[in-house]
Amino acid sequence: MREITYRQALNEALDEEMARDEKVFLMGEDIAIYGGAYGVTSGLLNKYGEERVRDTPISEAAIVGAGLGSALLGYRPVVEIMYIDFIGLCMDQLNNQVAKIRYMFGGKCTVPLTIRTEGGAGRTLGAHHSQSLEAWLMHIPGIKVVMPATPADAKGLLKSSIRDNNPVVFIEHKMLYNTKGFVPENEYLVPIGVADIKRTGNDVTVLTYSRMLLFSLKAAEILEKDGISVEVVDLRTLLPLDKTTIKNSVMKTNRVVIVEEDTKTAGAGAEIGMTVVEECFDYLDAPVKRVAGADVPMPKAPNLESLAIPSVETIVQGIMEVMK
Amino acid sequence: MYKPSKKEAQDMLQQMMEIRQFEDKIMDLLSKNIAEGGSHLYAGMEAIAVGVISSLNHDDYITSTHRGHGHAIAKDGDLNALMAEILGKKTGVCKGKGGSLHLADLNKGNLGANGIVGGGLGIATGAALALKMQKSSRIVVCFFGDGALNNGITHECMNMASLWKLPVIFLCENNLYAMSVCINRACSVKDLRKRADAYDMPSEIVDGMDVIAVKEAAIRWIDYVRKGNGPCFVVCNAYRYYGHSRSDPRVYRTKEEEKSYRDRDPIINFAQRCIKEGWLTEKEVREIEATVAKAIEEATDFAIKSPLPEPEELYTDLYV
Ligand SMILES: Cc1ncc(C[n+]2csc(CCOP(=O)(O)OP(=O)(O)O)c2C)c(N)n1
Ligand SMILES: [Mg+2]
Repeated sequence: MREITYRQALNEALDEEMARDEKVFLMGEDIAIYGGAYGVTSGLLNKYGEERVRDTPISEAAIVGAGLGSALLGYRPVVEIMYIDFIGLCMDQLNNQVAKIRYMFGGKCTVPLTIRTEGGAGRTLGAHHSQSLEAWLMHIPGIKVVMPATPADAKGLLKSSIRDNNPVVFIEHKMLYNTKGFVPENEYLVPIGVADIKRTGNDVTVLTYSRMLLFSLKAAEILEKDGISVEVVDLRTLLPLDKTTIKNSVMKTNRVVIVEEDTKTAGAGAEIGMTVVEECFDYLDAPVKRVAGADVPMPKAPNLESLAIPSVETIVQGIMEVMK
Repeated sequence: MYKPSKKEAQDMLQQMMEIRQFEDKIMDLLSKNIAEGGSHLYAGMEAIAVGVISSLNHDDYITSTHRGHGHAIAKDGDLNALMAEILGKKTGVCKGKGGSLHLADLNKGNLGANGIVGGGLGIATGAALALKMQKSSRIVVCFFGDGALNNGITHECMNMASLWKLPVIFLCENNLYAMSVCINRACSVKDLRKRADAYDMPSEIVDGMDVIAVKEAAIRWIDYVRKGNGPCFVVCNAYRYYGHSRSDPRVYRTKEEEKSYRDRDPIINFAQRCIKEGWLTEKEVREIEATVAKAIEEATDFAIKSPLPEPEELYTDLYV
């Protein structure tokens, strides 16, 4: 296997799916000539042409709305919303049209639409370019929400998202694009809705996703030296949650820490934690703990930005707390 | 034809030079990783902010954009506090919490830069509504880029402002590109004035590389709006010298095109014109340049030496 970046892995997924199915096309701001704000669609314009790799005006609502319309007529669009912070501009299209249309129409249509976007802090870009808004999306029945952390998962999950006949919001993380990992040469898919145990352990389960997986794995390494065996579950998909993997892990370790970058109140962790309580309350030896983002807009100052999201240290502390 | 007084010429030249040198300095700090994150630089577009804002009263309002350093400087901005804000320092104009994309100084009538393209249009429309309800003679200038012309909020606000005859100038800074997308690949009309026609607003297209032309138009339109005639739409054509942001390789435009605009540099041209028309002497021009260079060095020094915000600041300012 070769090592490639998260960015390259995503690019390969798009390339392979476009080659495989001519109904797949891309649309978004600066995705063609520029190759995407974070370079994910680089090279695809030259390969597939303007018809299938389409630069759009700055019109987020129309990007998602037109994605839906073309999906209803048999295309398999992959549209890009440059930063998840701009999702508000197309939230009506997403929530009222994309997510509900199949149900409202009595199951008479399918919406094979993928919305790629990216989120997260780490570049000191401030309040409009650093948010983690996955919880808004998890609250919408009718869509799926995918958040890969590794290059291999990014590729396999993006391919699955494109092939899925349901609308999928695929959320990348700006601080992961340059991270490297082993990615199979051969064609493969990673199923949506299936979590992955990235590190096995016996004493405590960490439930996490996206960039916080990397932080959690570091915390687990540190705690190993203190004799605490941490199991790290990468949820990979937030909607639908993989309750089976969560349950099996918690039944083994009896302790849970949720690590999430988004703001804590009514965040993704609230849903994940309540799922744990509903599914495996009898197996818990300690209260479920969240290590989450501070309930504030993302500040610019680099020191405040770091404080606003979990760090390896705060994750270690959180795990120690449930181990008491 | 507008002719500046000596003081006006001096002020305009000084402000344009402040903006240019400020932006060149930010670029330098970004490349040395002293400034982190992104910054969209205003170099090449100085004549717009300076021509328009110098024609306003100090108590008039503006809304700005993601490319907002120039507007902030022209709207009586404090160079030290602006530079510190861009570095995320405690002494910044927003205490280091906003950064480049969120420069704002409400006391000076700057209702803020914005990380969202088109984000200022609602604010400008609402501020104009408030001024109208107060029967105030103050007005709002709403700056936005050509890219913002195609987002929904722009259309909603133009319609509402025209419907209610609000005192706002919709000022489009057309620098031909929205990031990598050229305006003729993004906008369905070639003549942007048609956008104003759709909302029954008067409009004009101005050479935004020429500060005198901008100023002349600004004076006229500010007067029109202040008299209660409702909004107008003014397009200033200019060019951004740097890439969209730091990492932009600028493959979507040619070196020739870049040069053709640099050859019409708004600052060089205005300085030459000041000398030719006798508004300023060559010596005075050089003195202004030196004064500005010193002020920028001081601001940089101030910003770099300023402390970061205290950790407790993470939770302040969210609610009153
Ligand atoms: C709603 C929204 N969509 C996309 C972006 C990303 N973005 C930031 S600036 C920009 C281009 C803006 O172009 P224009 O309005 O012409 O202003 P310019 O940068 O040329 O000054 C884009 C696409 C954003 N900030 N907000
Ligand atoms: Mg532009």
